[in-house]
Amino acid sequence: MNPKYFFNGILAENPTFVLLLGMCPTLGTTGSAVTGMSMGLATMGVLVCSNAAISLIKNLVPAKVRIPAYIVVIATFVTALQMFMQAYLPALDAMLGIFIPLIVVNCILLGRAEAFASRHNVGDSILDGLGIGLGFTIALTLLGSIRELLGTGRIFGLEIYPETYGSLVFVLAPGAFIVLGLLIALFNRLYKR
Amino acid sequence: MKSTLTSMILSLGCITVVSGAILAGVYELTEQPIIEAERQARVDAVGEVCPQFDNDPIAEKCEVTPDGETLPVTLYPATLGGKPVGAAVESYSPDGFSGEIKIMYGFDSEGNVTGYSVISHAETPGLGAKMGDWFRSPEGHRSVIGLNAATDNLTVTKDGGDVDAITAATITSRAFLDALRRASAAYSQFRSTNSTIPS
Repeated sequence: MNPKYFFNGILAENPTFVLLLGMCPTLGTTGSAVTGMSMGLATMGVLVCSNAAISLIKNLVPAKVRIPAYIVVIATFVTALQMFMQAYLPALDAMLGIFIPLIVVNCILLGRAEAFASRHNVGDSILDGLGIGLGFTIALTLLGSIRELLGTGRIFGLEIYPETYGSLVFVLAPGAFIVLGLLIALFNRLYKR
Repeated sequence: MKSTLTSMILSLGCITVVSGAILAGVYELTEQPIIEAERQARVDAVGEVCPQFDNDPIAEKCEVTPDGETLPVTLYPATLGGKPVGAAVESYSPDGFSGEIKIMYGFDSEGNVTGYSVISHAETPGLGAKMGDWFRSPEGHRSVIGLNAATDNLTVTKDGGDVDAITAATITSRAFLDALRRASAAYSQFRSTNSTIPS
């Protein structure tokens, strides 16, 4: 297990700011900090499991059918996650709605399966899943917090300033694009030279 | 591994069988908790909107189809000491801004609205999604609590009614009141057909 694979996903290969993968849930679920963070954590959970499973079976899968095999593995974990959420976190499941089953087609998962888990051992693949998942969670929480603050004056439901001064556009779809674009610009300015 | 027909069929076959088995196991494990969670959501909603009761409205639920409608709504009668005190009605409107909305409304025995609880919707966050708080707010003519379909005009003020629409979400407000009128019609029909309940 090489710890560099863990930190790789948070900065150097941050899925949202550098790889620009998984944009659909990034834009769709970040209307508030709580939904953004929940989506990030759900994706991280599936990513760690799918990375580990794919790394375990990588030598048993013929190259020509590896993509359908990976998708079946990912879909299995996502379906199981959704059933557990419906059973034990029904409120959160109702809030994220269609975005939970849509994790199946999230490019981050298939991307990491193809680019990482199918070439590394189980330990490193789990670390990669944790790092990429954490990078995704941080990005979504940040985006959700900024949109919630500018839109409704709150962060995680805590009032910072009265809602009447908020600008609703940031909670709606255009605000997602604006804030994401600015965050990517800022990330490039600070990190990539 | 080399991609021969046999190896491809075998590996994909094995993966799908294992996946199926895992999902069957998880389904078995979560089936009861999911049913329980859905039931609990109903129990909470009924308890929230109804006047005080001591029966089990969930067990006594019935389906009522209001006149001129094709789909029934579910009605949960509430009684206190054997006497009817009102009901919760799980109503819907197909006319939300983003599809169907489902709302549980509570009524007392005279048909006055005692409360409501939004069960599911896909309205715009920050606009239509405000309906969870808007229609119980004491400001202006926003609140529907205490109104009665028999005496009040349950449409938005823009349409000549008695209820203020949500700012910038008139379509959602119309759908909310559409669901309320449907619930109210179902409840008054229930009272007139059920002889144990004085109307």
